[in-house]
Order: sequence, then C-alpha cells, then structure tokens
Amino acid sequence: MFAYVVRRVLATIPVMAVVALFVFSLLYIAPGDPAAVIAGDQATPEDVERIRQSLGLDRPYLVRFGAWVFDILRGDLGVSIFTNLPVVTMIKQRIEPTLSLMLVTLILAVSIAIPMGVVAAWKVGTWIDRSVMGFAVLGFSVPVFVVGYLLAYVFALELDWLPVQGYTSFSEGLWPWFENLILPAIALGSVYIALIARITRATMLEVLQQDYIRTARAKGAGQTSILFLHALKNAAVPIVTVIGIGIALLIGGAVVTESVFAIPGLGRLTVDAILRRDYPVIQGVVLLFSFVYVLVNLAIDLLYTLFDPRIRY
Amino acid sequence: MQRRHLLAGAAALAGGPARAALGQGTAGAARVLKFVPQADPGALDPIVTTAYATRHHGFAVWDTLYGFNQDYAAEPQMAEGHSVENDGRRVTIRLREGLKFHDGEPVRAADCVASIRRWAARDPLGQVLIARTEELSAPDDRTILFRLSRPFALLLDALAKPTPPVCFIMPERLAATPPTRPVTEIVGSGPFRFLADERVPGRRAVYERFADYVPRPEGVPTWTAGPKRVHLDRVEWHVMPDPGSAAAALQAGEVDWWENPIGDIQATLRRNRNIVLEILDPTGFVGIARFNHLHPPFDRPAIRRALLGAVDQEAFMTAVVGSDRSLWRDDVGIFAPGTPLANDEGMAVLTGARDVEKAKREIAEAGYGGEKAVLLAASDFPTLSALANTGAEMLRRAGIEVELVSADWASVVQRRARRDPPAAGGWSMFFTFWSGLDLANPGVHQALRGTGERAWFGWPTMPRMEELRAQWFDAPDLAAQQRVAREIQAEALREVPYLPLGQYFQATAYRRGISGMLKGPPLFWNLQRS
Repeated sequence: MFAYVVRRVLATIPVMAVVALFVFSLLYIAPGDPAAVIAGDQATPEDVERIRQSLGLDRPYLVRFGAWVFDILRGDLGVSIFTNLPVVTMIKQRIEPTLSLMLVTLILAVSIAIPMGVVAAWKVGTWIDRSVMGFAVLGFSVPVFVVGYLLAYVFALELDWLPVQGYTSFSEGLWPWFENLILPAIALGSVYIALIARITRATMLEVLQQDYIRTARAKGAGQTSILFLHALKNAAVPIVTVIGIGIALLIGGAVVTESVFAIPGLGRLTVDAILRRDYPVIQGVVLLFSFVYVLVNLAIDLLYTLFDPRIRY
Repeated sequence: MQRRHLLAGAAALAGGPARAALGQGTAGAARVLKFVPQADPGALDPIVTTAYATRHHGFAVWDTLYGFNQDYAAEPQMAEGHSVENDGRRVTIRLREGLKFHDGEPVRAADCVASIRRWAARDPLGQVLIARTEELSAPDDRTILFRLSRPFALLLDALAKPTPPVCFIMPERLAATPPTRPVTEIVGSGPFRFLADERVPGRRAVYERFADYVPRPEGVPTWTAGPKRVHLDRVEWHVMPDPGSAAAALQAGEVDWWENPIGDIQATLRRNRNIVLEILDPTGFVGIARFNHLHPPFDRPAIRRALLGAVDQEAFMTAVVGSDRSLWRDDVGIFAPGTPLANDEGMAVLTGARDVEKAKREIAEAGYGGEKAVLLAASDFPTLSALANTGAEMLRRAGIEVELVSADWASVVQRRARRDPPAAGGWSMFFTFWSGLDLANPGVHQALRGTGERAWFGWPTMPRMEELRAQWFDAPDLAAQQRVAREIQAEALREVPYLPLGQYFQATAYRRGISGMLKGPPLFWNLQRS
C-alpha cells in the first residue's frame, strides 16, 4: 500500500510536467496580448511595444518556458503581469473562498444525493422514484447561473434570509461564513446532486438484485440495514468514482457560481486572468487545479480499498 | 430566454427588505461608501495603463497640479498659482503650502518635475509640452519652472487634463520608475490613502480618508477642480463582474453606488425609489469605426468618404443603448458634442438624409474590386459587439463583402496591432468607444493623428492634418483654437481616418441619500451619506 502511494505520488511529476508544457504552449500560441490590454485603448503601437518589451513578452518561446520552469522548480509561480503581485500570493488570497464553496457543496451534495438515490432505487417505479429522476433531469438541464439567480431572488431579495452576494472568511465566525455559502453551494451543487443521485440509484438497483441481498432479507434484516449497510457499501465504488470525477465539475461550476454570487475565489481569478491574458496567473492556477485533481484521484483509488476488500494495492 | 433577459428579470424582481450587510467590511456605516466600479483596476499605476478604472483609482490617491472644471478649463489644484513671463516662454508654478504625501513626506517641486516627466513620456499632449520645454526644473521646494522654446497656451490644460494618462503627482522616488514599468508603491498626496494590505485583485480595493490632506480653501468643486473636501472615512470598491449581482446588491442596499449599470437593467433601477440614476459625464462615449489605411478596401479615401453617407448613427446608438433618445446623440462629428471645439463644419455629410444606394454607387466608382473587409468585433463587450454587428450590416448594404471576426478584447487588441493584409491575419476595420473628453481636442484625439506607421492603429498618413494639429497647438486663445478645429474637422471628413458612430451617455446608479456627486469620472470627495 505504502509503496503504491509513493509510486502514485511520484507519477504525478510527469503528469504535472506534461500539464505545464501543455498549458504554457497553449497560452503561447493562443491569440491575445497582455501588453495591449495593460496599455489600454488609447495607447499607441509604440507604447504597446515598449510595455511588451518591459514584460519580456518579446523573448523567444524556449527562453520564456525555460525561465518559467526554473522558477517553478524553486517554488515560484511568477508574478502577475497586471497586479505585480506574486501568483502564490494571489492564489492564497483566493483559495479559501473556493475551498469553502467546494467543501460545503460536496457535503451538501453527498448528504442529499446519496439518500435520494437509495430511496429512488428502493421505491423504483413509484412516484418517489419518478420525482427523484425528474429532479435529476432538472439538475442537469438548468444552468447553474439560472439556479443562482432564482435562489438569490427568492431567499436573498424576497425573503431577506441570506445575503445576495459576497464571502465572509471562516475566521470571522462560522455562521457569517456559512451564511454566504448556502445559496452558492445549492446552485453549484444542483448538477452534482443530480449526477450522484442518478448513479446511486442505478448502482443500487443492480446491487439490490444480488443474491446476498435476498439472503439478508431472508435472514430478517431490516430495510434500513439492507439498504445502507449491505447494499450501499457494495454500491460505493462507482459512487465514489463519480464523486471524484465530479470534482472537475465543481471546479468548472465554481467559475460561474463565483461570478453570480461575487465570491472572490480561484474560479473568478482564472476567468479574469484569461480575459486579460495574465499568463503567469493562468499557468499557476491551472497547475494547481491539475495537482488537486491528481490528488483527488489518488484519494479515490485509496478509498476503494475501504469499500471493497478485494481491492489491494 | 437570453441571459440578459434573465438578468433584467432578476433585477426587476428585486425589492425585498434590504439586508444592510455585505460579506466584508463594515456595512451600513454612515462614513463608509461601497462602490462597484466598471471593472477591477488591474494595474494600479495610472501612467502605465490608460484604463479608465485605473484613472478613477488615480483620482482618489493622487492629486494634480491643476484641476479640470465644468467649463473644461484648468484651475489651480495643488498649485497655489502661476506666473507667465517672457512672452509666454517662462511659466513658474508655485505649490500650495502644507501638501503631504501619504508616507508623511512633504510634496516638493522636485516630485512634481519627476512626475511631469514620467507622465509626458506616455501622454500625447505631454510629449508636445516636453518637446517645447528647454528647461523643466525645481529652483526650490515650492517652485516648478518651465522654460519654453515658444509659447504654449495649453500648458496648464495639459497638466489639468482628466483623460488618461493624467498628470498625477507622485513622490520623486516612485516617479523615477520607467513609464512602462508599474510603480511598486501606491503613494500619492490625494484625498484618499490606498490600503494595499486590503487589496484583493479582481475583488476589492479600499481607500481611507487621508487625514493630512489639505483641500483648497476657496472655490467650488466641479469635476476635478476646486476644494476636495472628504466626508467619508472609507471607500470600498467591490468588483462585481456580473451585472445581475451588482443590480441585486445595489437594490438590497449591500452597496451604495454602481458605476456602470448596463442598459438592460437601467429601466428596472429607475423604478426603484431608493435608487437614483444620473449621467455624470456629459461628454459621454463616442463610438468609432476605425479603418485600416494600409490595405484594400479602405486604403482608398474615396471609399471611406462614400461610407460617411451610409453611416446611420441612430441605428448604431439604438443597437448600443436602445431607443431612448435622451441617452444618445446622432449628430456627432470629429469632436465630442458639448465640448468647446465641437462644430458643424462639413457635418451635412453625416446629418443629411442617409443614402446607402448612393454610397454603393460611389464605392463602385472608387474602384472597389470586391476585396473582403475583415471586421474585428470584441465579443466580451456588448456595446462594442453591437457596434460591430451594425457596422457589418451597413457595409454589406453598401456592397462591401464582409467577414466579421468575433473574439475577446485581448485578441482584438493583439490583432489590430498587425499590419499584415486582412487575408493574412490583419484587419480592415475595428470598433471602439472613446470617452468624449478623449475626443475633445486635437491634443488628446489619438484617432486624428496622421503620422502613418507611428499613428494609432489604422496608421493613416495625413500630413495636412498634422500641420493643422501643430497650428492648433500654437493657437493663442480659444477662439483661434476653434477656428483651427473647424479646419481639422473638414480635413477629417475629407480623409476619413474613422467613421463617427454616435455618442451615448452612461448613467450611474446610486442609493438615494448619497449627495454631492460630482460630474466627470467617479470621484469620492464632496460625497456625503445621510
């Protein structure tokens, strides 16, 4: 097991190297000029050129790539072209809101979606099952920003229960922190809940047909025990896989959710950086997201051993 | 349903009891103002960038030697006054007493000299000023001396101009930074101190009242002139890229002032009795379609001239801000309407009956050979996108083959710098808006420059225009400047470096109870909350 973990951690190095090469090259060939954006509309071509030179954007590809990789190896993600702040500082400023949003969404989604999927499978073919599936279709179909606006209208503007927008740091108290995350987490979690509920239902339906479930029933096990102890544990591997894959969904959805609810997170930072072609920030954030995703996948692989004793590394 | 309709709907539905709490900060405090700017300032050095958001930030932090008043004239601001000697060749500016930077250091004439030099390296008017300056020095801590090669009536106007880059005064140690590199500290002597430790790029900028700021003792505050009396302890900028969120936050009382509410939402905000919509900048924004003068089809003046008869400014402005005529003008020439140099010379070609068929005939007679015109449209700015789509339709109706290339702004500004032929990655026309003040006179009007490859993107060569510009710089008074301006407009309508597409006025929205809002860019002195 330990050797496996070490191997997997070491395997992240070539993965990150490929990601780094890919991100840098893509940005290099993508259209857009940060110098022109900085200079502003009124700037002359000469002004733009001077700024480009001062930023080192006129240097050849290999020189720029080499310098960037050298900096990364020293733990330096570079400096933002626009704000002049180290990328690491900018990520530090923005990571708490995004992590908070993803954590609350994850907890909310898992705690709602899994019971929904289990109950839908138990009551297959009934109105409960159809309602859960109807919700799942809605969750997939309605864009996050529509859900966001509707929630903000009803719960923030009409009922005045929650704030319209913004983020309060955890250090300022649990409720102020949580209060600002409720609506964004529901908006962001709607697709995620739908996804997990559907996969839970499908897997549970399959598991509930198995002989060992019939045996458990024959032995007089209660319904709750059958569903949550016998069936759900055996259905857990695909569910956990989907939850892990869904992290990518959360990262993508966070961009929209952070915009709608004005949350100063990494998603919004990424969009702003892309629009301005703030290359060091884009590169830094994409590397971070890739690293997180690799770690999540590793965690999921390790979780498999908890649910299925046959899996050993 | 389109997203913009949903936004408008979301805003329309707003109106529940206000929560006076924002995620961060001290919401609802009488001396705190929460402002939603048009965009995050990004770069904070107002000399490096000409972005308007950075200019607005600049006016909070830095002060200027001269202010710009409601008559579009210069008034002493940091300056106590000035004297002009030697037939206008020697101008001495005296600093007010007691001026201090935010780091506690006194403002000295040497700081002003260094700041003027750094600004002038980036500013077109400043470049003319420096070219005519034989000596710019600080004989003592309160005296700035200009010794000129010939009189320059626009010297004070140049120092007062509120269009970016503005001649903000920085400490000498920071003003020594090359003008293409951002300063490393945001230290000014303006009425507000920038709180760097509270800055979250893309989200928040915070300013607090500078206790040691000394406003001018006399005068009336208008635009950037007059006493800058501060009645707020703190101004917080909350960046909200999503207009629906900004509208909801304003209506819920979570913010006090939203600089640029988009057109779709303005009608809804007008119906809210707690919100005031007001046009602060009477010079508005002027849309232009810029020609590439290097390549067919717009390298031929006759084709550019023919298109003047096809331009329907009403159609362009309706596409941008809707049919409410109080929000736009369609009689726009070369200088922004309402500014001192605006005139009616040759305007019949733009204000007479529109005749696309005639334009089509003239374009054919001019030798148009069916070359494709590549139009650049900025997809991430709805107003620019509207101009581009309307422009493409106009050109098609005039018989020109069009390829509309839609990309984000960062891509547009990169491509417009390319001088290649349109088919090889270049372009034929792009669209943008200029603040009316940027088109107020030939000194700041970049789109009028005719210096070929050194001119603004599009690179027109117009020697006569450059001669007239030089004459304007030498004009001794406003009447003489206005005479030259008429000639410039006539020449511009002959050469047609660009097509004027109309002027619109951007309303700003703020909570009722805020008073003292000044005309011009967003300014935070003189403001009071009840």
